[in-house]
Amino acid sequence: MERINKFGLIFLFMTVAGAAATAIADEFSQQDLTRWESEYLSVVKQGRQAFTDPELGSNGVTCAQCHPNAANTHPETYPKFQKQLGRVVPIWEMINWCIRNPLEGKSLEASDPRLVALQAYIYYERRGVKLDPGKH
Amino acid sequence: MSRLITRRDFLKKTGVLATAATLPISIVELAFADPTQNFTFAHISDSHVQHIKGNQFVRNWDRGLIRAVAEVNLLNPKPDFVVYGGDLAQLAKKSELDHGAEMMSALNYKTYYVMGEHDYYLDLGEYWSKLFGPHYYSFDHKGVHFIVLNSILTDDEWTYRRWPTAEQRMLEMAGLDNPNGSPFMVGEKQREWLRQDLEKVNKDTPLVVFSHSPLQKIYKGWNFWTDDAEQVQALLTPFKKVTVIYGHVHQIQYNQIGNISFHGVMATAWPWPYPSSYAHAEHYLPKLTVPMNRADPFFERDATGWQFINLANGNVDMHYTLYDNTSRTIAFNKKNGQPEDSSYQAEDERIPPQVHY
Repeated sequence: MERINKFGLIFLFMTVAGAAATAIADEFSQQDLTRWESEYLSVVKQGRQAFTDPELGSNGVTCAQCHPNAANTHPETYPKFQKQLGRVVPIWEMINWCIRNPLEGKSLEASDPRLVALQAYIYYERRGVKLDPGKH
Repeated sequence: MSRLITRRDFLKKTGVLATAATLPISIVELAFADPTQNFTFAHISDSHVQHIKGNQFVRNWDRGLIRAVAEVNLLNPKPDFVVYGGDLAQLAKKSELDHGAEMMSALNYKTYYVMGEHDYYLDLGEYWSKLFGPHYYSFDHKGVHFIVLNSILTDDEWTYRRWPTAEQRMLEMAGLDNPNGSPFMVGEKQREWLRQDLEKVNKDTPLVVFSHSPLQKIYKGWNFWTDDAEQVQALLTPFKKVTVIYGHVHQIQYNQIGNISFHGVMATAWPWPYPSSYAHAEHYLPKLTVPMNRADPFFERDATGWQFINLANGNVDMHYTLYDNTSRTIAFNKKNGQPEDSSYQAEDERIPPQVHY
């Protein structure tokens, strides 16, 4: 309880300081939107590169070989129960499963930029499809 | 256990001998009015033998082809011949074609080969030709005229001038969804050859055409497509019974356009999604097609297989032999004049794994 209070105080202090230093926090311009989108799309591009990179695993097989345009990856259905794993998993665990098995490679850390980029790309190819977690 | 029982039942129903029942085989059957004239052949396709380095090849793809060859050898009754539908190699390397040819050499039957883009775009089919012969040809068997086309050609600018190296050209074409690829075509020269070849054939003679890409337009983005498909179809239209059997798509597809029945075949390597599952694709998957089951990646041979084909009355009955799924039969329905699935054709007979999204 004491910890939460401390964090609360720090947060309050930072917010006040931030507001004083820059503009109002919830305002952003077209320029910001453009920059954020281009940041995202540059990671999508890195994701596409990883998705077609024969070096991602150990045997030269790429993600795109079985998943053209990331089809049949169904990011909108995660987290979901995978009967072979016996539990509910987020999509990055399935990506690692694919890297270990068909690609005969080594799992990536959850925070590995390549794993983040792969997810950015897979979601981008599935943009516009409604979320349906748990679906099979 | 339930799967075995299902397969046995399937065998009883279709009259195929029990030894074949447990096998993932696509048998093609051509049946004639006189049933003694019916015959079968087997069709194996899309093994994508992939060289890693030295003596290493991708194990998973090797296993698919080795299994198909072993199972086709066990077919009973024996098929009259085997057709290989293209993409034996992944990047058309000599090592891949040699390794693929070595595995295929275990087959006990005469085998006819079809060119795939993965066999072609490194040296434009030169080494493949040394191993397997001409890129397109025809032959006759028991009253049926068979034609093999090289349908994966593209325009001269893309083929000869766009890429600095042959290796890059091969890599660009190898990526199914690569926007730098180019639409497939049979091309004018080969269409003229086909026209002349067909001049000698009686219009009542059943025709069976093998190509790697679909000789119909399904989805351009993945080259489930042949740019001059209509012009090739026009040459086939005067014949009463025509069947086109194609590889490339790694999935069950079938269709009827006029007098022409179309069948896609399974890969031995890996399955591909239906274009309908790419949210941003404009596609024309034939309405007639009841999709294969969605692949479960945890079974590496799932949604792969081969086919045996029964030629009955000049029409094709396609038996998909699936390694990890219940086998499927797409037979020509005389009454409806089109190929239909023997179990799943009606909307309410379909099962949840056949829904792709």
